[in-house]
Amino acid sequence: MVAEATHTPASPKSIAIAVPEGVKLPIFMDNHSTTAVDLRVVQAMLPFFTQHYGNAASRNHSFGWTAEAAVEHARAQVAALLGGDAKEIVWTSGATEANNLAIKGAASYLRRQGGHIITVETEHKAVLDTCKRLQREGFEVTYLTPAKDGLVTPEQVTAAMTDKTILVTIMLANNEIGVVQPIEAIGAAIKAKNPKTLFHTDAVQGFGKVPFDVEKARVDLASVTAHKLYGPKGIGALWVRRKPRVRIDPLIDGGGHERGMRSGTLPVPMIVGFGKAAELAREEMPAETVRLKALRDRLYRGLTSRLTEIYVNGSLEHRLPGNLNISFAFVEGESLLMALKDVAVSSGSACTSASLEPSYVLRALGVGDELAHTSIRFGIGRFNTEAEIDYVIELVVSAVVRLRQLSPLWEMHQDGIDLNSIQWTPH
Amino acid sequence: MAYSDKVIEHYENPRNVGTFKSQSDVDASEVGTGLVGAPACGDVMRLEIRVKDGLIADARFKTFGCGSAIASSSLATEMIKGMTLDQAAQIKNTHIVQELNFPPVKIHCSVLAEDAIKAAIEDYKKKQAPRTAAGSAGAAAAKPQDA
Repeated sequence: MVAEATHTPASPKSIAIAVPEGVKLPIFMDNHSTTAVDLRVVQAMLPFFTQHYGNAASRNHSFGWTAEAAVEHARAQVAALLGGDAKEIVWTSGATEANNLAIKGAASYLRRQGGHIITVETEHKAVLDTCKRLQREGFEVTYLTPAKDGLVTPEQVTAAMTDKTILVTIMLANNEIGVVQPIEAIGAAIKAKNPKTLFHTDAVQGFGKVPFDVEKARVDLASVTAHKLYGPKGIGALWVRRKPRVRIDPLIDGGGHERGMRSGTLPVPMIVGFGKAAELAREEMPAETVRLKALRDRLYRGLTSRLTEIYVNGSLEHRLPGNLNISFAFVEGESLLMALKDVAVSSGSACTSASLEPSYVLRALGVGDELAHTSIRFGIGRFNTEAEIDYVIELVVSAVVRLRQLSPLWEMHQDGIDLNSIQWTPH
Repeated sequence: MAYSDKVIEHYENPRNVGTFKSQSDVDASEVGTGLVGAPACGDVMRLEIRVKDGLIADARFKTFGCGSAIASSSLATEMIKGMTLDQAAQIKNTHIVQELNFPPVKIHCSVLAEDAIKAAIEDYKKKQAPRTAAGSAGAAAAKPQDA
């Protein structure tokens, strides 16, 4: 570690790191929040804005037929990526709507059969807040706590099931820590215990990134979205099993589109884009997984070989290839983001939100608040390069070293003081 | 969130970083230390003042916290230098908020800096109290033992 200049008030100034050739700033390394639309996807979409702009529900002219054919082609493309049938795809505005439709729609339809729902504390807010609303309406919800590695076990799920359990909703991969749940084992366990209990998965982060098949996972409902997969924002889908037929109540009534489950004129260009993005993901996932994992491991090795006291949050093994969520002890996350101003990453620090509370996902894993405040999520995606990774390593190492020089906690730690022995003044 | 230029400037060039503890020319009895905040809350400030002839001759800080917390404490060390203890104790967080253009969500950082100043002054006064009491009793001024 860099020795401190304690005798002079000379300060640890921030040092500029040279930008390597071929690296363009700013760098986007926040691919769990969203992704750039792949140019091949844009190309596929373009004709549907100005040329083939028909309403897919128009049955009596060629404009409508062309639009409908494109929508059905996209349906097949998206269904193929999750191992389902095209007829089982219900287009939505995105994954938040798909999660709402799955959970509220199933709860509403199955209300008389029981009022118990099971989910996990680390789910996305689109699931958690939906469950909370149902609780206010009288449903009972069990929130499972994952293990320290972020994973839930099939036994945990079945142990929570009662004869009133109508729905289990567990995500495929986590948006913060990238941990991939053993979704196939969980699905098998649920169905073994009660085939009638519906199994929904928010598959958004894992869809097209890790192998996922609705038959193997034995899910009944799966939420997906295009914009995490190099497709456009504003289009998602809920896959709804037809064999055996799963029934849900719609949230939006209207013209009876999407087999009555989601009315509203279909956004044909977005759907075409989603279809193309799914097709590309299906073709390229094997190679892309290898490449992203190599980049992620390069980042991990680059950081761990040069910095001490850094901790990966969640299982490194059961994780999305492009995810690295790491706590840099004694360095507050937002101050680190500030040093990385030309790199888009995100932090579990409270300071990045209005709530002043650190990430609930890290809390659920039992990561202490003091470490949660120091966490950074790197989301590596299709368009990131090795040169970018190397530059980000330099930036992060330099910033952490500098900010630790500024950190009283780091100094105390170096002096062998147990931070837990100090009477802090929470505010 | 966009930071003000002043916050960025303090963050990139923080003033008076460090500690007097390792400075052999500084008598520990001249130093008051304020340690405020908590790691679990995401910010901890340590502010040290060095008092000579009733004035804050120098100051040091180290902060674990966001850029605004770092800027608040850096600015605080600049503000209090040359002040009497009473003047420094009058500094309000609103001075820091104004100077650094904080949005509402960052006001707690300025409160923490105000607390740190007050805690450092209190610590210094506590250190002086036994000596002042001894002085008023007419005893010969003893050399501080913790020098």
